[in-house]
Amino acid sequence: MTSTHPAAPQSSGRAGWLRFRLIAPTLQQRDSLFGYLLIAPQVFGFLIFVLIPLIAVFAFSLQDRNLLLGTEDPVGLRNYIQLFSTDPLFPVVLRNTLIFTVGLVPLNVSLALLLALALNTRMRGSTVFRAIFFAPVITSGVAWAIVWRFMLQGDDGMVNQVLAVVGVNGPNWLFEPGPAMAAVIVTRVLKNVGLNMIIFLAALQNIPRELTEASSIDGANPRQTFRRITLPLLAPTLFVAVLVTFIGSLQVFDHIALLTEGGPANATMVLIYYIYYVGFRLFDIGYASALAVILFFIALFVTIAFWFSRRVLVFDER
Amino acid sequence: MNAEHVPHLTATYPGRKASGRRWLRWLPLFVILLICCLPFIFPFLWMVSGAFKTAAELFASPPNLLPDQLRWNNFVEAFEYQPFARHYFNSLYIAVLVTLGTLIVASMSGYAFARIRFPLRSVLFIGLLSALMMPVEVTIIPNFYFMTQLNLINTHLPLIILPIFGPNSIAAMFLIRQFFLAFPRELEEAAMIDGLTRWGIFWRIALPIARPVLAAVTITTFLYSWNAFLEPLVFVDDLQLFTLSLSLRNFRDTYGVPLWNLQLAATTLSIIPILIVYLIAQRQVINSFASSGIKG
Repeated sequence: MTSTHPAAPQSSGRAGWLRFRLIAPTLQQRDSLFGYLLIAPQVFGFLIFVLIPLIAVFAFSLQDRNLLLGTEDPVGLRNYIQLFSTDPLFPVVLRNTLIFTVGLVPLNVSLALLLALALNTRMRGSTVFRAIFFAPVITSGVAWAIVWRFMLQGDDGMVNQVLAVVGVNGPNWLFEPGPAMAAVIVTRVLKNVGLNMIIFLAALQNIPRELTEASSIDGANPRQTFRRITLPLLAPTLFVAVLVTFIGSLQVFDHIALLTEGGPANATMVLIYYIYYVGFRLFDIGYASALAVILFFIALFVTIAFWFSRRVLVFDER
Repeated sequence: MNAEHVPHLTATYPGRKASGRRWLRWLPLFVILLICCLPFIFPFLWMVSGAFKTAAELFASPPNLLPDQLRWNNFVEAFEYQPFARHYFNSLYIAVLVTLGTLIVASMSGYAFARIRFPLRSVLFIGLLSALMMPVEVTIIPNFYFMTQLNLINTHLPLIILPIFGPNSIAAMFLIRQFFLAFPRELEEAAMIDGLTRWGIFWRIALPIARPVLAAVTITTFLYSWNAFLEPLVFVDDLQLFTLSLSLRNFRDTYGVPLWNLQLAATTLSIIPILIVYLIAQRQVINSFASSGIKG
């Protein structure tokens, strides 16, 4: 009895501390806790499935790591040295990636802009046109590539039969280097141009009609109105679209895999397909990781370059 | 203000009487757009047409726009050649789970980033957002390696889990956050005064409000999973576990030459449900992509 007595105030003191810290935290503390609980799945998922793999890809790229041979040896920068000095394919891959991107981005963005301008009118049936141009966007890349591969077959493919009608002797599209690259670019543009089109269309519809009307009342011809009013107001959207299309042009795996598998003679072997080829055909995941790191830096560099030049080039920014 | 605009409107857009001439004015543009439509719509038509042809008829010269007779047997053979129905089901259930998971994860975090103040909020937000600029292919190799270590190769688990936490989900989170930032918080404050818990506010007030943006996320995420190709190719090689993307590619003979008529029949079957939903809910689908496209 006497021994328990001194303990009593002690335990009540602990209970008081508990009440202060846990049972009755401040409203702000409770809010923070709730906030952390809500973001926890996303943040932990990001850590486990994005951030740690990203760190791992850097680590792998410094190893001789092969799934078939079972090697896991640190080799420093050897993969990168091989990449830039002895690998005969890597310069070809970089050149192809550059050609693909430089071909695709301007074609996609300008066609999307033209279509958006054409549909941003009061013409009857423009919603039907919009739906048609957008349909390939929701179609799977695999299905789109399968159908185009079918149509691009050598002599008897649909495309060449149509060309024959107008007297053009079409090439064997997917089996000749130049035509293969051209075909891959154009069919990819056809698949995705609808996305940029609707984004531009939404931006065009946000431009107050008063502005364009006022400029035409002031005597500007349509081209001047476009150049001086529409284009500057569209610039922020255009800018983001170019960036997103650029990054997207690096991610054409399904398209290449189904249409050409990087051929003929590596003419359409772009970086993303080369990564797959080295990593999952040759199982040299160390070397493939070095390639993936290159892809990462290309995307990073392009993004940073865009955000800096945006400040210079885009006039009106919210 | 409105009254001022009315005469102006009638002057610019004359009534029904002049509509004949107005239609003529649009004719050149209409014809140009019609021609532009061909490479977008013709692949679909040619695919369906090919799906009903015999192998010999596919490359007939001159081409038959319509097959001589409807060869329904291509569709039957597509199901017999490989477990196509199974592949169809795999794609469907994976896409449903990915969509549900993404909705749960992204709506919780999107709401929290918009409405709740907590330390490190903006740091965490920017950190997550930076994943949007990174192609998923950068991390596919380590993810493949880790899944091998966990013995999850040749299961559907990677195909379900990776998208739920990957860039698509972070884009969804961003979209939901933007929605709540633009939406007045009065309703939620009223609910708080009425004594609803934080969770109650999120679940019973905020989520119902966010229905439009959640619908947009549902559409884009479902298609993202349904159309995925690299992940299934990398993580699955058991024929029973194939998804549609792998299945379509697999209609080949032993030399790797496509069995065109079966492939086209199967491709048609894979696209038709999506296209039907698209035609019915066209405006909704397009708006979903437009809203998720405007990120800048």
